[in-house]
Amino acid sequence: MATVAERPGAVPEQVRLAERRRRRRRSALRRQGIALLFMSPWIIGFSAFYVYPMAASLYFSFTRYDILSDPVWVGLSNYQFMFTGDGLFWQSVRNTLWIIAFLVPLQVAFGIGSAIVLTRVKRGLSLYRTIFFLPTMVPLVAAALGWLFLLNPAGPINRFLHLFHLPEPLWFYDPHWTKPGLLLLGLWMVGQTMILFLAALLDVPSHLYEAAEIEGAGPWQRFRHVTLPMISPVIFFSVVIGVINGFKYFTEAFVISQSGDQTGLDNPIGYPQDSLRFFTSHLYQQGFEAFHMGYAAALSWILFVVIMACTLVLIRGSRRWVHYQGGFR
Amino acid sequence: MTRRRPVPPAIRRRRLLLSVANHSVAIALSIAFLVPFVFILATSLMTNEQALSQSLWPHPFRWSNFHDVFTAFPFLRYTLNSFTYAVLATVGVVLSGVPVAYALSRMRWRGRQAAFVLVLSTLMLPPQVTIVPLYVIFVRLHWIGTLKPLIIPLFFGDAFTIFLLRQFFMTIPQELSDAARVDGASELQILLRVIVPLAKPAIAAVALFQFLYSWNDFFNPLLYAGNNPDSWTLAVALTQLTTLSRGVLWNLQMAGALLFTLPVIILFFFAQKVFVQGVTLTGVKG
Repeated sequence: MATVAERPGAVPEQVRLAERRRRRRRSALRRQGIALLFMSPWIIGFSAFYVYPMAASLYFSFTRYDILSDPVWVGLSNYQFMFTGDGLFWQSVRNTLWIIAFLVPLQVAFGIGSAIVLTRVKRGLSLYRTIFFLPTMVPLVAAALGWLFLLNPAGPINRFLHLFHLPEPLWFYDPHWTKPGLLLLGLWMVGQTMILFLAALLDVPSHLYEAAEIEGAGPWQRFRHVTLPMISPVIFFSVVIGVINGFKYFTEAFVISQSGDQTGLDNPIGYPQDSLRFFTSHLYQQGFEAFHMGYAAALSWILFVVIMACTLVLIRGSRRWVHYQGGFR
Repeated sequence: MTRRRPVPPAIRRRRLLLSVANHSVAIALSIAFLVPFVFILATSLMTNEQALSQSLWPHPFRWSNFHDVFTAFPFLRYTLNSFTYAVLATVGVVLSGVPVAYALSRMRWRGRQAAFVLVLSTLMLPPQVTIVPLYVIFVRLHWIGTLKPLIIPLFFGDAFTIFLLRQFFMTIPQELSDAARVDGASELQILLRVIVPLAKPAIAAVALFQFLYSWNDFFNPLLYAGNNPDSWTLAVALTQLTTLSRGVLWNLQMAGALLFTLPVIILFFFAQKVFVQGVTLTGVKG
């Protein structure tokens, strides 16, 4: 600092400082401008596709609106109808809770199970891993159509059951068997979950197992007291994602209802007998088939609130069973 | 160093048995995962009469099914629509995502932290919440029945892309940008000449993810383009084949589903590395 020699006739100190400060402020302003310019695609997108639609959707939810005519304010009556008058809404809630209650635990258990199988084979790991993961790469629509065929009453799976004289359900034709059929599809596509568990299992330090073995822990105790706590963050992650996806469950059910019977008739949403009417199916039908846009907006806000609430409850509850290495939560 | 002692035969036998048991379970699971593919492929090679019957193996092999899909339905049109959606969506998220991620990770400005939190919150937002007003907007713009509602919004930033690119940009040493800045490079030059070349793996990963997402996407094409068969993507069209042909044609439907799956599987095998890099970048691990 002191190395710069004062030239004779130099600008007084204060003027120079002020000049420098002004220059710095100008360059900060310039930087701010450039940053905003870089951000501009997102700023436009965020306002047009998030902020406005969120607000508009909240407003629509208090109106009766069919796009053709202007929205008419109806207060809380959409919400009131939803909870007290719409039997199909409750049907869709029951179906959605059913799929969450069964699919999420089954996927987690099956994901852990197949990941453990992968950790125990020494040779051929990468081949097995590719095979286990392959179904996950199949586009959902193609997978749903594939299982529609596999589970058709005369299809390969029923032929297989027939060999062993087991009951042969009608699967996607029988309202009691549609959702179990979807479970099979969901388990076949478990790859993503499995890969996460595989990574977590390989991350468990082997000295923990050795220590447990020295203490005399059997295989089950090692799994229960070493493996499970160590992979609990991934279990938690899978459960949260699984529950959120459960509330958004749509494509599989829509595809199967749509092409469900082989007659080629246009089947209603949730066919057969509303057994495949999930929350989002109901929303889709109300909004984009019946054009009850106000009611659909109300449904979408309820969905939003429920998903947020569930996520919060899961995060709260996780403190009791999720174990993070390093101790932070 | 401990010398390797010969393993006692009893232990060696136990190990062998254990290994056989482990492989049997792995093989059994592999069969369970693969058998559906075999049946679907077999059916796609049958005549329709045979596909409706109880037989499990094609006789004769009707390879022409894969050709017939294109003549019985405007399958080429659907394929083109799917490609248009997937390619343009990919271009859109990359073009808009790169500068935004740069501003969020490598520039200092006021409001950066808040903007990042907002990006993250849109990542968590279930898309159903905004579809009603979006649909109304697209009706007003006369975009319903076209591919525009699927593509154009993606040119205005996609939260997942921005998040993933930002995470990667953060890992590039700051000295590189500083050196370029001293040489008088502008922010745009730094982005294009320093950051983008270094971030190619991350850009490839987000491009791959978006391509697959759009190719597989069913909900959005159904919602915005479902009323106009000329704009159907493969995902939408495949669910309509039974209705179009007034009765199920399992063989053509399975052939179509396989053709629809093929590009994804090919991409998967060629780009496994890119894929794995992308997954580790998002930090969804333990």
